[in-house]
Amino acid sequence: MSLVVNQLQCSRGDIALFEGLSFKLIPGQLMWLEGRNGSGKTTLLRTLCGLFLYDKGRIEWQGESTVSNMDTYRQNLLYLGHQNALKHDLNPVENLQTLSRLAGKSVSEEQTDEALQLFGLAGYEETPVRKLSQGQQRRVALSRLLLSDALLWILDEPFVALDVVAVELLQSILVKHVEQGGMVILTTHQALPIAEDKMLRLCLDRYV
Amino acid sequence: MFDSFRALVKRDLLLAMRRRSDVFTVLLFFIIVVSIFPLGISFEKAILQKIAPGVVWVAALLASTLALERIFANDYADGTLEQILLTAQPLSILVFAKIFAHWLLTGLPLVLIAPLAGLQYHLSATTIGTMMVMLLIGTPILSMIGAIGAALTLGLRGGGILISLLVLPLYIPVLVYGSGAIEASMQGDVSLQPYYLLLLAFLLLALVFAPWATAASLRISVE
Amino acid sequence: MAINWFKYSSPSSFYPLAGKIIPVFMTLAILLIMGGLYWGFFETPDVLSDQKQYYKIIYVHVASAWMAMWLYVVMVAWAVLGLIFNTRMSYMMASATAVTGAIMTALSLWTGAFWGQTSWGTWWDWDPRMTTQLILLFLYIGYIALQSAIEETRRSDRASAVLALVGLAIVPVIYYSINCPDPNECASLHQESSLKRVEPNILIAMLVVTAGFWMYCFAVILMRVRNIILQRESHTNWVERLEAFR
Repeated sequence: MSLVVNQLQCSRGDIALFEGLSFKLIPGQLMWLEGRNGSGKTTLLRTLCGLFLYDKGRIEWQGESTVSNMDTYRQNLLYLGHQNALKHDLNPVENLQTLSRLAGKSVSEEQTDEALQLFGLAGYEETPVRKLSQGQQRRVALSRLLLSDALLWILDEPFVALDVVAVELLQSILVKHVEQGGMVILTTHQALPIAEDKMLRLCLDRYV
Repeated sequence: MFDSFRALVKRDLLLAMRRRSDVFTVLLFFIIVVSIFPLGISFEKAILQKIAPGVVWVAALLASTLALERIFANDYADGTLEQILLTAQPLSILVFAKIFAHWLLTGLPLVLIAPLAGLQYHLSATTIGTMMVMLLIGTPILSMIGAIGAALTLGLRGGGILISLLVLPLYIPVLVYGSGAIEASMQGDVSLQPYYLLLLAFLLLALVFAPWATAASLRISVE
Repeated sequence: MAINWFKYSSPSSFYPLAGKIIPVFMTLAILLIMGGLYWGFFETPDVLSDQKQYYKIIYVHVASAWMAMWLYVVMVAWAVLGLIFNTRMSYMMASATAVTGAIMTALSLWTGAFWGQTSWGTWWDWDPRMTTQLILLFLYIGYIALQSAIEETRRSDRASAVLALVGLAIVPVIYYSINCPDPNECASLHQESSLKRVEPNILIAMLVVTAGFWMYCFAVILMRVRNIILQRESHTNWVERLEAFR
């Protein structure tokens, strides 16, 4: 159970973003991805998900290339990008249930209610997402973390638009996931209260 | 797998229920285009009957291309398309769910409203029946081929007009046999079976290849 | 001796190679076209009366019509190679071929219109061959339009390759539907190839001109591909050295 990246190279429009990138992530570890704007953090995350094509190198999940192993890999993967992936005309419960069922897992209304409640959205279950604020929408999207049994979380700036309470909550959720043997890869400007031995730091500026 | 398929179809229908105007714009477009032709050509019964098959099909083609842009655009804009691409389910099945829902919302209404156009053009009941059957076989083909075009032009400026450019030439066989069958049914003693079979064969071909090609196009476009 | 073909799949080694073979193709094109046209114009027996000498446009018309169809297949072949091997050169070849193919299609329609006007008294007729050619032009235009609408090179290459492939898959269906709009009467509609009825001398001249057209198309496609390479690789060292060398 590990994610191994070997000599990865990605480019955007004929210009290399990074090259020779290698790392290994094992269960119980969190990787904090750093780099200045335009260094390719989002591209790397999307590449790891298999959304973006890399030029050279290899990505392995459980010792097998993700190219041949894509389905097993995706079953263990949860990706949260810049966009919240919520339909504005549906309410939070409908959104969460559809997303779970798309991933091949059905969740009950109690489970979604519980997750939403934890993120302080009790009472908003029936409100269309378009009527929620930016921060609330982000919290609905983050509720997916509690409903998923994916091992590897790939999160692009998950703390954006969150207030202090929600930031602390998300931090504790990440810590718990790592302690339970999960894996996290994320980009953020927020400090993370995670022990140094459990945290990998990767700065993309060094791979240009 | 089937569960994901159902979930996606259900979601798209639910979204359409919450935003009904989107469904009606396509339908109204079809009705208006069909109604406008007699004003430009003639009110004479014989001429109207002569042009009816072509007019109905061209209107259906245009209405279908008009609706195509929306099939993936919203999902692309709010990030749900990425999530669809990231599931462990076979993407062509999910794409097929999208196309199916799209057809239910834009193709099927055209089939149901077609008798109205038939009355405007003084078509007989049998001819109207043929027209509906042909539309029922033909409009899914339009949705399938169109989905490829929609996936390829995803998120591009001026995507709507570009889709028509790519997709309309590919619609020609549907247009030829769709209107050909209606014309043949007006003559009475001509066998319609070859038309049905040809269009069904084309539908089968589209069913096999289009979801797969659309899935490949989506992966390319979402990168 | 084994040749490493993949060596030429890199733009930097293909660019000088193309530069060297363009003159060869161009010379062959000029010789073949001039020779074929001379043969066709002056050395073939007069099958028609003096007033009907306009038929001699067929040497250009037929050659360009054939090129239009073949180049579409060539274009799709390059696109497929690109999709399979992910070689940038293949995509560049495909997009260079598309433009030449579109020009050939337009040329065949144009010369066809002239011929039609002089022999049938109409610029356009919905004859199956002409209609197919028109649709082919639309397919080329769609390919070029999609490619130029997408700014990012990789997406533009791959998306247009898929479109070309889809087009090729549907072309037989389109062709069938245009040739046989009424399936009940299709059995009687098998057009015999008109080539068999052509006088042998004229046919030879026509084939020579067509060979010349092939050479011309190769030369022009390679010229266009060199331009595309320079555009796309403008940030690389080897192009800079090339500039300095000039």
